[in-house]
Amino acid sequence: MAYSDKVLDHYNNPRNVGSLDKADPNVGTGMVGAPECGDVMKLQIKVNPETGVIDDAKFKTFGCGSAIASSSLATEWLRGKSVDEALAIKNTEIVAELALPPVKIHCSVLAEDAIKAAIADYKAKEEKRTPVGAVTA
Amino acid sequence: MSLKFPIYMDSHATTRMDQRVFAAMTPYFTEIFGNAASRNHAFGWQAEEAVEKSRKQIADLIGADAKEIVFTSGATESNNLALKGVAQMYAEKGNHIITAATEHKAILDTCKRLEKDGFRVTYLPVQTDGLIDLQQLRDAITDKTILISIMYANNEIGVVQPVQEIAKIAKEKGILFHSDAVQAAGKIPINVQKDGIDIMSITGHKMYGPKGVGALYVRRRNPRVRLAEQMQGGGHERGMRSGTLNVPGIVGLGEACELCHKEMAEEGRRLAFLRDKLKDKLFAELDEVYINGNMQHRLPHNLNVSFAYVEGESLLMGINDVAVSSGSACTSATLEPSYVLKALGAGDDLAHSSIRFGLGRFTTEEEVDYVAAKVIDVVKKLRELSPLYEMFKEGVDLSKVQWTAH
Ligand SMILES: Cc1ncc(COP(=O)(O)O)c(C=O)c1O
Repeated sequence: MAYSDKVLDHYNNPRNVGSLDKADPNVGTGMVGAPECGDVMKLQIKVNPETGVIDDAKFKTFGCGSAIASSSLATEWLRGKSVDEALAIKNTEIVAELALPPVKIHCSVLAEDAIKAAIADYKAKEEKRTPVGAVTA
Repeated sequence: MSLKFPIYMDSHATTRMDQRVFAAMTPYFTEIFGNAASRNHAFGWQAEEAVEKSRKQIADLIGADAKEIVFTSGATESNNLALKGVAQMYAEKGNHIITAATEHKAILDTCKRLEKDGFRVTYLPVQTDGLIDLQQLRDAITDKTILISIMYANNEIGVVQPVQEIAKIAKEKGILFHSDAVQAAGKIPINVQKDGIDIMSITGHKMYGPKGVGALYVRRRNPRVRLAEQMQGGGHERGMRSGTLNVPGIVGLGEACELCHKEMAEEGRRLAFLRDKLKDKLFAELDEVYINGNMQHRLPHNLNVSFAYVEGESLLMGINDVAVSSGSACTSATLEPSYVLKALGAGDDLAHSSIRFGLGRFTTEEEVDYVAAKVIDVVKKLRELSPLYEMFKEGVDLSKVQWTAH
């Protein structure tokens, strides 16, 4: 199978590889996929509590080149976005950007799932921390 | 000598044709072009002579008689002819066939077809090392069993089945024994007499010969095996396989067999040394590497390993100047991980992480050193990227994690 230049670029120079502190209240962690299925993505965001903007995003992925590229690209896109903007990222945009062939669309779906899972984790932490009605300082 | 890229290390898929084979074949495309079935002129006689020489070369490699060799278009056809030919010819004796779960598709899909036609097929599981359990074979036999078909050596994990023991069991019960010897022929010693094989498939392109030509050994004595022909036509090949013979291909197959016969012992030792060197280097530099399949009963040129926590296709992508293959789903047309590795029961995750190295006649030590270093480098890089390796290092038991399967 031939890979697009963009997939190759992300594979050869993955952006934002690494891990953030899961216990940090401002960090949301999403882990999706399963080893038996051949792909697992861990995607983490760190949200600035003052501005609500994603300051940092990191990933680690077990999966094919397209899965690595999809999650690498996702971290690039997440940085600088608000949580709500991040929620609007669609897998089809990842497909288009990376020119993924039909058999690799599931990689982009997984990346979207990972974004959603990371945000859901962050929001769950936020709710716990912030009683309804309280003012975040 | 400097390295030439890409490096070919996928000898179980196919092999480069030996120049000596090519040289033997060339006159038969243009100058000696006769039809081997033409009985009344020199063109035909020359072609026939070349075909008979090849039959002898093949027979010598496997301890058979030249009359027992039937030419085909390759092992897919040989396997089809063997299974369907026996099933149809011996249908009045019984309708049960025994094979194994790790056979090549040319066997498995033929068996599926026979099931549609009313035959019953037992697909023996294999043990975790890839070998069949002889007791399970015995237990599977019924008074309706007419054929046991078990491959000599596996095309993915290279494990060599206990052919002689299987043959003994078959013989005791008066059941025919077919073996797909595509991967073993010319690589390890085979003797159809000593091994007790009744029918055996080989193909040219896995033994440094041409593609599109193969043979079926069909025993003539003790017992005399009869096969129902699968194509009707001129009655060539003792009526078992009609069609004008592919003389250049047949010459090539014969020459390939003769070269293997002469060079097998030394080549086997050399390749086993190189294969072990590759294995030792990988194990010395990397943790969590698993060998798939029995290491003792194995072809000398095969290595199949899983690099845990690294997905196979991403590994292939990183070693793109090396031609190997993976059992990962991402590299298969069906998007299923290798059924052979799954049959070992080690779990799909190890199948996704597997790489098959197939060394061959033209593999050099320099290439092995390069491939080992490259694989080690890429595996390390991908493990830095792998959330599973990170969890493993943190001591997380991955089998206890709730995954979001999709
Ligand atoms: C074990 C085995 N059997 C059969 C075949 C089919 O052989 P051919 O390509 O000659 O049809 C192959 C090769 O793909 C093989 O590895």
